[in-house]
This record gives sequence, structure tokens and C-alpha cells, in this order.
Amino acid sequence: MGRRVLVTGLATFWGGRMAQALERDPEIETIVGLDTTEPTLQLERTEYVRADENYSILARIVKATQVDTIVHTFLVVDSTRMSGRNLHEVNVIGTMNLLAAASAADTSVRQLVVKSSSLVYGSSYLDPVWFREEMTRSRPPRTRVERSLLEVESYLRDFADDNPHVVVTLLRFANVLGTDIVTPISTWLDRGVAPCILGFDPLFQFVEEDDVVRALEFVATNQVPGTYNVAGDGRLPWSEVAAICGARMVAHSPIRTGWAAAPINRLGILDLPPEVLELLRYGRGVDNRRLKEAGFDYRYTSAGAVESFARASRLRHTVGDSRPGYRYERDVEAFFRHSPAVIRTHEPR
Amino acid sequence: MAAGDRVMDVRPPGALIPLPLPDREKPPLRDPRRSDVDEWGRSEHTRTLARTVYGPLYRSWFRVEWEGLEKIPQDGGALLVANHAAAIPSDAPVIMHGIEEELGRAVYGLAEYIFRAMPFIGTLWSRVGGVPAHPENAYRLLREQGQLVLVFPEGAKGPGKTYGQRYRLSRFGRGGFVEIAMRAGVPVVPIAVVGAEESMPIVLKSNALARLLNIPYFPITANMLLFGPLLGTLLYLPAKFKVRVLDPVHFDVPPNQERYSKSRIMDDAESIRVSLQETLYEMLRARRSIWFG
Repeated sequence: MGRRVLVTGLATFWGGRMAQALERDPEIETIVGLDTTEPTLQLERTEYVRADENYSILARIVKATQVDTIVHTFLVVDSTRMSGRNLHEVNVIGTMNLLAAASAADTSVRQLVVKSSSLVYGSSYLDPVWFREEMTRSRPPRTRVERSLLEVESYLRDFADDNPHVVVTLLRFANVLGTDIVTPISTWLDRGVAPCILGFDPLFQFVEEDDVVRALEFVATNQVPGTYNVAGDGRLPWSEVAAICGARMVAHSPIRTGWAAAPINRLGILDLPPEVLELLRYGRGVDNRRLKEAGFDYRYTSAGAVESFARASRLRHTVGDSRPGYRYERDVEAFFRHSPAVIRTHEPR
Repeated sequence: MAAGDRVMDVRPPGALIPLPLPDREKPPLRDPRRSDVDEWGRSEHTRTLARTVYGPLYRSWFRVEWEGLEKIPQDGGALLVANHAAAIPSDAPVIMHGIEEELGRAVYGLAEYIFRAMPFIGTLWSRVGGVPAHPENAYRLLREQGQLVLVFPEGAKGPGKTYGQRYRLSRFGRGGFVEIAMRAGVPVVPIAVVGAEESMPIVLKSNALARLLNIPYFPITANMLLFGPLLGTLLYLPAKFKVRVLDPVHFDVPPNQERYSKSRIMDDAESIRVSLQETLYEMLRARRSIWFG
């Protein structure tokens, strides 16, 4: 019997792409996706369930589908996407419910992959140049998103301790750049603006979006336990990132940066979330060797990720966004998946 | 995260231990860099510029003379330790410039974290090879990259000395530099610098003002008295610099240990301090003039 996978956050950037990657693997028999909104990518054989991360629903789904692998991409690491309280709800409560559902008495779950962020290391002048996976933050977290991610990771540690028969993988991704992904940093650079803090030129590290999906696929397929940093090789100064993307550096006050940035955020001119302001001051580097030692090959370095983004950005500015928009139609998808009138190429169950 | 939090490493029962794969011939990844800033923030380009600007000061103002440069290893890591002086230290640039010019080897300088938090100065300091003194950083630089790392064990106590206490070495911290060298498996190379104390001597200190401004010391230097408060922080007095490199100290302990014997560390740190102190006194006995050597 093939593997059965549950992907949370199917409508997120990563959930959809992860499901697409999993669909290509013939060993994976069933893919179930969960989200509060419709998927944004076309999927062939993933079943979509619209639900929020409510414990009873999750428990029923896990029990009914007998999934053996859960890929949890429903963690929000971008604080501009939703308000602080919602972010906490989605990240902490959602994960808590998912872990509770997965740790039921007669559960079939044998593997759990969680997509976290290098935000958990924070960004401070006391940091080492490279963070290894076992190192802790230099300073306690001051932003909501960091606190929620730390709580999620601590729940995950407890889950791993209580369920030694489950292979638990935690992936911490550095800032992602690539052809399609939209993040605060990518939005700035797309608009040709690189906010910087006057007098600081920190070193940044990035990971390319293709490498992110491949890393998720790699750990899901190969059942690699443990915590891993996922980031491209090398770090480059923010001024160089701006130069590669052709963006103009716009300086912000080094004193009381949060106060000075507040009106800009309020008026919606530019998104300057507090965790990224810290990053603009000190940068952050994570050691990516552990995942490489587990057998993963990166295809892009940090500078390569920036270049890949810059090339896509230039194309977008010239010919516009040429990706066809996808609209999820529930009845149409249900027809394709379940109607006897459709001739399917893979073997029917 | 609380200190000591474990990271999960759950192996399913019967999991295979991954063997290291033989090195396949992988083509190097494309790395489209535009500047030469390395992972520590150091830029060789900026260093070359700095050396060009600093050269005249080094050769004609301080007239630096080295002795024992050949004792610094040609390759592999080494922890250079030196005495620290001058209200705004002049010995660090002199040592780094000298080694880079004469030996062609890069030198990274470990310093207080606070430099990294300063606008402008922090960035410039990083580009010329300044690295915050985190033990992880030191370990990587010394062991994994085999670089020369310069550290001043006196810390801020060295430059904070008034003229009356010149050349009397303060306590060498808690021996941390010895532990760093032991863990990285590299020798410690002591370097004695004569001349820095007189280049910007502190005549008076104000502890109250230092506490107010939250800096280690608030100096009134002879330079300020001669050239005025502003120029006095920029201009050094033309003391003759003599730099002597002592024999490298090797530790016969295995590298990469979790803990090293504290008494061993303190003993070694103290013996290095004593040998540096003796060398300084000997150099001072031989020195006939502050300005001409």
C-alpha cells in the first residue's frame, strides 16, 4: 500500500507546491490537503478539505483518512499577512490541535514534517555569525511572530518526546526569494526600493523557493528525523542585494527605528514589520551543513536566490505577470476526482 | 528558547545510520556575487584601501619595527594575543596592517559585541576584519578556516589605563582566550607592542562621565590637551612602535572538547601574561627614547 499524506495549508504558497511535488511521486497513494481558503494552484489528485485547524475536525480527518505522513506548512512567518492575534491563533493553536490529533491513541501517523523559520534564532548584535541547529537565541523574542514560532517548536519537541514512533522533522527556512513568492522583502525589491538602516549594512542569507520545496520533498520522502536549517550557501551584504535587484537604498533612522517606521507602515507606503527591521540592522546567518550531510543538494546559493528573483522581477516589469490565474471550482474538481465518466490514467483504488 | 533546550533527534527503531557518500563530482553552484565581502563581513577590497590610507601613518608616523614576524605560522590558524593600550587603541590597526603587508595573511580582529551595534563605525570595523568575540565565531575562524585571529585579553582595561600605569598588564580576562585556542587546536602567539601607550596617553579619567555615557572609560588624553578636544581624538602622538612576536605556545590537549580544566586554563593564561610582561619590561629597558626608539 502506498503512502498517505496530509498537507496542511494547501492554499499557502508552500502547501500547494508541496502537494504538486508529492503528486509526482508514484509511491504516494493519497494526498489530502487542508486549508481555510481554496487552493491557488492546479492539483491533479489531491483531495481538498476546507476546514480551519479545529481539533475535532482534524482528529476526524486524521482518523478517517489514516494518513501516515503529515506535512505542516500552515505556519505564518510573515507578520504582515495577518494581525497578531490571528497569527497566534493560526500558528500556536492550530499546531497544538494538529499535534493532538496526530497523537491520538490508535493513530496511523508515522511521520511529521513541520516548516518553521530561521526567525526563531532572532537577530541581535550578540549573535554568532552562523547559527547551528542546537544553538539558542541571544535575546528573548520581542515580536509576536517569533514568540509564536518558538511556542510551536516547543510543542513539537514535546510531541517528539511523547511519540518516539513518529519521525519528526523540523525545517527552519531562511528568508525565501524566488520567481513567484511574495514576501515583504520581495515586495520592496520588486518596487525598486531597498529600505536600510542608516549606518548598517548587514549580511543576509537567502534560500531559493525551488530549494524549499525540494527540501520539504526530500525530508518527507526520505524520512529524515531531526531539526535542520535550510538556507543557501554564503551571505551577502544588503547593499549588494539591492545592487543585484537594481533597487535604490532608502535609509531609515538608526535610533528609534520602530517609531520612525510606524507612520510608513500605517500609511501603507511600505511594509516594515518589526522582525525584518531587526534583520535590516544585524542580518542573520544559519549553518546549512546538517541537511547537506543528510544528503540534500542545494541548487542555489544565497546570491543565486537573489539573482533568480531579480531575473523574474525584471521579466515581470517588462511583460507583466504572465502566470495564468487559477480559480478553484469545487464541483469541477470533485467531478475530475470521483466521477466514473472520467478515464483516469493511474490505477483506480 | 530556554538555555539547554534539546533539539529533536528521534531515530525510528532500526533506522540506518547514514554513511557519508563518496564525493561525487558536483559542479560548483553559480554564486553571482558582486562584492568581495566574505561571510564575516570582511572585504579584501576595503582592506587594500585601508592599507593604502594607513600605510603612511604606519611607516612615517609610527615607524613600526617588527621583530620575530617569522614566528607567526605561514598557514593554519593561530590566536594572536597582544597588550592593549591608547585611549582609542592604535595597536590593533598596526598589528593587522603589519601582518597583512609583510606576511600577506588576513587577520581577523575579535572585539566587543558593542561595535556591531554602532552605525557606520560598526560597518567599517566589520569590513576591515572586525568580528564580534563570540566563541562560535572564534572556533570557526581558527579551526574550520585556519585564519589568524587577533584578540586583546585585557579587554577595555588595557586602553583604560592612565599614563601612570602604563605597560603594567591588567588581568587577562578569565583565560577565555586560552580555552578558545585549546578548543580550536591552534597555538597562541603572544605579541608585545611598545609605543601604543604613548601614542594617546590618558592623563585623567572621569568615572562619573563614563557611567553617565555608559562607556568603559571617559579619558582626558594628552592629545586633547595639546590639540583640542576634537583633534585630540583623531591625532596620535608620533611614538615609535616596536612590535615583538614571542614564541608560539602550543597546548598539548586534544581539541574539540566540551570542557577544559579551569586550573589548567588559568595557569596557561597567567604564564602567557607573565611572559608578555617580562618582554615588555625588557623592550622598555632597551628603549632610549619614546619618539625615536
